[in-house]
Amino acid sequence: MVERLTWSRKAFIAFNYTFLTIVSLMCIIPLVHVLAISFSSSEAAAAGYVKLWPVDWTLSSYEYVAGQAAFLKSMLVTVQRVALGVTINMLITVLIAYPLSKETSVFRPRTFYAWIFVITILFNGGLIPTYMIVKYTGIMDTIWALVLPTAVPVFNVILMLNFFRNLPKELEEAAFIDGAGQWTTLWRVYIPLSMPSLATVTLFAIVGHWNAWFDGLIFMNTPDHYPLQSYLQTIIIRQDFSAMASADLDSLTQISDRTAKAAQIFLGALPILIVYPFLQRFFVSGIVLGSVKE
Amino acid sequence: MSHQAAPAEADARMASLSSGKNQRRSRIPQIPLHLMILPGLLLVLIYNYGPMLGLVIAFQKFVPARGIWDSAWVGLENFRYVMALPDTMQILRNTIVIAFMKMIAQLVVPIIVALLLNEVRKQWFKRSMQTMIYLPHFLSWIILGGILVDILSPSEGILNAGLSWLGIEPIYFLGDNHWFRFVLVASDTWKEFGFNTIVYLAALTGINPTLYEAAIVDGAGRWKQTLHVTLPGMASIIILLSVLSLGNVLNAGFDQVFNLYSPQVYETGDIIDTFVYRIGLEDAQYGVATAVGLFKSIVSLTFISVSYYLAYRLANYRIF
Repeated sequence: MVERLTWSRKAFIAFNYTFLTIVSLMCIIPLVHVLAISFSSSEAAAAGYVKLWPVDWTLSSYEYVAGQAAFLKSMLVTVQRVALGVTINMLITVLIAYPLSKETSVFRPRTFYAWIFVITILFNGGLIPTYMIVKYTGIMDTIWALVLPTAVPVFNVILMLNFFRNLPKELEEAAFIDGAGQWTTLWRVYIPLSMPSLATVTLFAIVGHWNAWFDGLIFMNTPDHYPLQSYLQTIIIRQDFSAMASADLDSLTQISDRTAKAAQIFLGALPILIVYPFLQRFFVSGIVLGSVKE
Repeated sequence: MSHQAAPAEADARMASLSSGKNQRRSRIPQIPLHLMILPGLLLVLIYNYGPMLGLVIAFQKFVPARGIWDSAWVGLENFRYVMALPDTMQILRNTIVIAFMKMIAQLVVPIIVALLLNEVRKQWFKRSMQTMIYLPHFLSWIILGGILVDILSPSEGILNAGLSWLGIEPIYFLGDNHWFRFVLVASDTWKEFGFNTIVYLAALTGINPTLYEAAIVDGAGRWKQTLHVTLPGMASIIILLSVLSLGNVLNAGFDQVFNLYSPQVYETGDIIDTFVYRIGLEDAQYGVATAVGLFKSIVSLTFISVSYYLAYRLANYRIF
């Protein structure tokens, strides 16, 4: 397609590139700013010298965070919940998605089961009853409280089952003819063919568990059992507001707090930043593949 | 496969598979399918359906020590109590206003950015833009809340530093009722617009290139092409996403509001979910909090059902 570039077209292109550059920079500059603060000395941060590059480069805020037992402990809780939670999420997702991907003529109760799961999207018991059930099932203040109530990720199940449905039926029939049962067909035919979708869903589950904070806040009685995001909520968000209510009282302790908070914010986001390139690679293709229906 | 079926046996299986639906159903084992669903089913019954039954405490004066069975029934008393509270209408209004403003912003901004990105011919530029704009989507409101509190701080935040450089008095964005809703909508848009932009862009790649060629032959310029080819090509996904967002009419964003608000801005920023949290888990008025939650669940159910029905009728959208 050959285009002749008129003057107005050129002006539009220049505007477009500039505008999009500004928009996209606005998305990451706040993060860069906080990163710069975390590597700056507390004096420079307090005086407002830090913009996008550290001033008086130092690692002292990271040393401070590394010396905090509570921070490390909460990090460990998060690692545990991610490992356990994602494993359970993925097993459940695949195990539900496979039967539900069958035609109703093959697996008659499919519609019934599908509705049971879909209703949980449409309606929920809300905060207090959920809290009660967690309490009654005796998992309060244990790692299971962070894992079991969200064990069935219905949206991921739907994504997965739509992907399964688009696999050629002949593969499944060939597997049955060769004497494979349902389990073998799932593990040896469906799973190996669904790697891009599985990768997407796994990354979603990892991000979900890493970022979850509210369940930790309400289901854990002892702060020792808080996952990282819940811990950060109490340290950064709640304390900051009491500090901000008296904005003029910028005492020395609060000043040095700023770089320490910045370091913790950045560390809390770091694993997401690490998996982000992979997320990005799979996510569009995974979503698009899963959403196309016959 | 571990064992190779003999040709004759395979033929027999093939015959039975292809001969009629009834026989086909009986041929394919069903028990394993039920077994596969069982663990997920049990968990959903306990942790999703259990709480639905637990909603009965909305009609009780619930005392934890007595439990559901022995707490006193009070009929609609909890609902009456909430309706009589002076803040209730304000909270409902805040919730709807904030949710609605977010819906509009999440519809308009991503469409504009997707259209502009679609005009970009340099692939590396397009790709790096995409990489940057949907990064915030994957960060939690704890992280983003921490960042916002820092950059919006009236004393040391970089935004107010810039404003004072321009000669403007520092603004307490998170503590000022004039600004709080605006901060909520703007920061929510900042977090989520990139994600929706990607969805729209994916829809744009599905537009048949010959439509553009035909438009050019007909003498359409860039603007006319956008108007008559690109936008209609996006129409169905625009309708779908906006219809589905209807279900969020009472979801003003608990994670965000909870991490940004403070008592100074309850007037404009307190929403149903934060209200339920405070009366339920902080004041331990379980019955009252559940009543409010039940109200929200029922309204949401209505809107989500309508939205899914509309999505089905208008965009032929099925969830499964």
